[in-house]
Amino acid sequence: MSTPTTSPAPAGPGGLAPKIAAEEEARVSAGRRFIDRLIRARELGLLVVLALIVIVTGVIEPNFLDADSLKQTVLNVAIIAVMTAGMTLVIVTRNIDLSVGSILGLSAFVCGDFLTKNPDVPWPVGVVIAVVIGAACGLLNGVLVTWGRVPALVVTLGTMYALRGVAFLVTDGRQINAEDLPDSFLTAGSGDLLGIPTLIVVALLVIALFWFVARDYAWGRQLYAIGSSGRSGGQAAKLAGLKSDRRVTQAFVISGALAGLGGAMFAARYGTVDATAGQGYELRVIGAAVVGGVAIAGGSGSVLGAALGAVVLGTIQTALIVLKIDDFWQQAIVGLLIIVAIALDRLIAKQSEALLRQRSARRRTAA
Amino acid sequence: MRDSRFMRVLALLFAVVLGAAVITGCGSTKDDEESGSASSGSTAAETTAADSSATIKKGLNVVVMPKQLGNPYEELEDKGTVAAIEETGGTAKIQGPTDAAASSQVSLLRSITQQKPDAIVLAANDPNAVVPVLKQAQQRGIKVVTQDSDSAPEGRQIFINQATTQSIGEQLAKQALETAGSAGGEVAVLSATANAPNQNAWIKIMQTELKKPEYSKIKLVKVAYGDDDDQKSFQQAQGLLSAYPNLKSIVSPTTVGIAAAARYVSDSKYKGKVAVTGLGTPNQMRKFVKDGTVAQFALWNPEDVGYLGGYAAAALASDVITGKQGESFKAGKLGTKTIGENGEIVLGPPTTFTTDNIDKFDF
Amino acid sequence: MSTIAPTAPAPDRTPSSPRSEDSRLKAILGRWETLILALIALVFLIGSGISSEFLTGESLTTGSSDFTEYAILALPLTLIIATGEIDLSVASVLALSSALMGYLWNQGLPMEGIIPICLVAGALCGLLNGWLVTGLGLPSLAVTIGTLALFRGLAFVILGDESVTSFPTGYTDWAFGNFAGTVVPNTIVLFLVLAAVFAVVLHRTPFGRAIFAIGANREAARFSGLRVNRIQLRLFILSGVIAALAGILLTLRNSTAAGNVGEGFELTAIAAVVLGGVSIFGGTGTIGGVLLALILLGGIQKALNLDPDISTYWVNIVFGILLIGSVLGPNLAARVREARRINSRGTRPPRPGRSAAPQSGPGGEGNSNA
Repeated sequence: MSTPTTSPAPAGPGGLAPKIAAEEEARVSAGRRFIDRLIRARELGLLVVLALIVIVTGVIEPNFLDADSLKQTVLNVAIIAVMTAGMTLVIVTRNIDLSVGSILGLSAFVCGDFLTKNPDVPWPVGVVIAVVIGAACGLLNGVLVTWGRVPALVVTLGTMYALRGVAFLVTDGRQINAEDLPDSFLTAGSGDLLGIPTLIVVALLVIALFWFVARDYAWGRQLYAIGSSGRSGGQAAKLAGLKSDRRVTQAFVISGALAGLGGAMFAARYGTVDATAGQGYELRVIGAAVVGGVAIAGGSGSVLGAALGAVVLGTIQTALIVLKIDDFWQQAIVGLLIIVAIALDRLIAKQSEALLRQRSARRRTAA
Repeated sequence: MRDSRFMRVLALLFAVVLGAAVITGCGSTKDDEESGSASSGSTAAETTAADSSATIKKGLNVVVMPKQLGNPYEELEDKGTVAAIEETGGTAKIQGPTDAAASSQVSLLRSITQQKPDAIVLAANDPNAVVPVLKQAQQRGIKVVTQDSDSAPEGRQIFINQATTQSIGEQLAKQALETAGSAGGEVAVLSATANAPNQNAWIKIMQTELKKPEYSKIKLVKVAYGDDDDQKSFQQAQGLLSAYPNLKSIVSPTTVGIAAAARYVSDSKYKGKVAVTGLGTPNQMRKFVKDGTVAQFALWNPEDVGYLGGYAAAALASDVITGKQGESFKAGKLGTKTIGENGEIVLGPPTTFTTDNIDKFDF
Repeated sequence: MSTIAPTAPAPDRTPSSPRSEDSRLKAILGRWETLILALIALVFLIGSGISSEFLTGESLTTGSSDFTEYAILALPLTLIIATGEIDLSVASVLALSSALMGYLWNQGLPMEGIIPICLVAGALCGLLNGWLVTGLGLPSLAVTIGTLALFRGLAFVILGDESVTSFPTGYTDWAFGNFAGTVVPNTIVLFLVLAAVFAVVLHRTPFGRAIFAIGANREAARFSGLRVNRIQLRLFILSGVIAALAGILLTLRNSTAAGNVGEGFELTAIAAVVLGGVSIFGGTGTIGGVLLALILLGGIQKALNLDPDISTYWVNIVFGILLIGSVLGPNLAARVREARRINSRGTRPPRPGRSAAPQSGPGGEGNSNA
């Protein structure tokens, strides 16, 4: 990423700045701190929910708690969590990426196909190919959204169709089976690294990286600024249009690249890839982000929260099976959860807005 | 003035894009078709077809429709059908929907009916939704064969059954008994989608079978649905093992489900304790048979199902048969086949694969 | 009302271009529909080249009846999108209606009783969506992603793994048949009647003007006295009822009720709406444009399906390209136009429209999916 020159919100108070601006700055950063705390509260809340699910399920069905079962539960979430990190970056800029499932399908197949045909090439090359394909698709999305000024919903709906079509075209009815893939690749997918499954390590690294970058770097804060500027009429973000475009494009590229990485992970973990791989993942990923507190209207939410959202949804799905709840209820319950999550968000946001107003009013009267 | 020129340029641009898409569409698929036929059928045509298809018309035009494009099992079947039609000197084209929805199949079938091929060979996504359009096709003299997944009998003339529903259901029950061990115990089924007609019919037979005294030690605790989605099936397998600690065997009558369940078990502490069995393809399951996760599973050869379907369609379109019970025709390398009750032809009992024979199969 | 009328129908395809010279923009809108018409002509030309079967009455019958449900779903979606909201749950409501229909028929209820119950169920689904969006102020995109899963899940809860097929032939024959000896399917006649009603409501009534006013500027609409929430709630309920109707028609047309019908239908319907010239940000669009877009998409699908050498996935690719192109094309044209205007006027300072561009671009456009 290029070195950021302006950082909108958390910029330090300039000594020469007029008094009013400094006050404004202080108010904004106080608000920011407060929101940060809220987000942290959200993450804590998710952890509590997660703990509750695990404990309740574990009490009813102790088998759920054994290390193996828990490991597999987290493993199931790894791919979705990685994609959710990218999706979060896109959504905070007030955009959306519906094409991630199709990107996953395309890159998983190309990666698997390449490794099948070139068994002597080290497998990381296949992963790089998957990531590059994903990034290229993301770039296409980003350019159409920023340069072409086409709404993200329309662009990614279109590329979701078209890329799935391309995946069908590329696979041409073929399927990649586990036995075609190099063992080293499959071992990497199902193996451990320092006692932790590799895929979980990858997911943790990705989440940590983007959580950190989005939270603490100007680059990341700019994404939030772009997202919230759409809402408040462009007052918060003082970014030039060109820079804003570049940031949004970068967010799409990252989302695409992570979907590509998800494709490589998919191939390594499942070993079976055909043209339909990843169909419907976009809704799982967006659902996870929403449950994780990422506001679909842009400007707020954290990568960590979104990842926790993915873990909560994944754990609930496994828990429902373990609790012997009828299969037919599962989808309905997941849908209900998404709605409850955003409704809760709304209520909390309303309360916190009121709180913020009180605080600033108090500060003003004190000054 | 200027604006309208831009709009015209724009229209032209669209036209070019669209035109290019359509033209490349024709081009590339044709290429695929040609290269596909070159590899699959042309050598066989000269050797086997000459004598066995004496009364079958040359140059038949047949459309093959899978449940969904890109489904590897269906692709194998269709490969068999195309090979059979080409052996008879006809041409077969594969046309299928991109999703496994009944309505997409209906819409395509209507267009195919308009193309007036000699015959349609179809694996139906829904037994009833396709009936009206298939009836219409038959009224126009198009012969209809279903394979793998049947439509209601009035929609088609012949159904190629991979094995009778009864025999598959019995096989699944037997697999459950044999893999659960001598003491018996709990077994679970991991199926495809909740609406899959094949799987539902087999499971129903299996459940009746399990009520018999010889199966008294086996208890079917749960039918789970993995939606033929790898990850969902995987998750279901995991959930089953946690929910039912005494589970002895997972029976999965779908190729996606059995592979996902085997992969989960092979990588968990349940390996060797919980058996996985059901219906799967040898290429997908070889790894798990060799590492001891899976002792046995079964399947018919999907290419043979398609191959028989192709010959049945050719025989129907050449008026060698009409689809009545008792009629028989020569089906290339599969020999003479006779039409049974309800216009069904049964390919034969499924092959059971174990460590001893799995390397002899490649599909 | 009169204060809103002049600003409401802002027929501008390109949100970034300045809003001026109303008549000119109307002319562009006219040309948008002309463009779609030209594309339709092109598709028909190519189609008749692909197959001699393309330009026949039968193709009209089969091609149009295949599009019945997309077309019907597109009508309320046009209204909802014109207000700047979205409803992704329509196909799930369709499935819920189908499953409910199958369940009630199994319970022995007469069709005359089942159909109203399904429509009411659809209305309740729409009410839930609408209440969450207007009552709680939640973004419709997030709400309907949730209800997309919820309603589809409920469809499975109601009917499980069954599919019900024994519907009375009187009804199924009607749904499968043509209107009074013509080549037009009965279901399409029903759609055309609905489309006419929707067109009148959207383009000739205060309610329709209010819809555009909300889409153009929600706050302004509120301040000018419109009951924005109530209108939107009604639209979501309407969407639910119409989706339930589409579910009934699909069930009868295929004589099969199941929980898994219509997966992904919402996407094709939205594609038709956007291609028809309705801005995803709201404020613009016509039922006529959507109608033309449906004809275009239906024509393409029919043409591609008639050639056994063209694989079906090309339909996906062409739809995807058209969808993006339908917004990209006019935007680019507007840009080129603007560049020329600036060039031709020499040293003219940059127009306000340009400096506002970032705001209306990627993340911008105030009322995008909120």
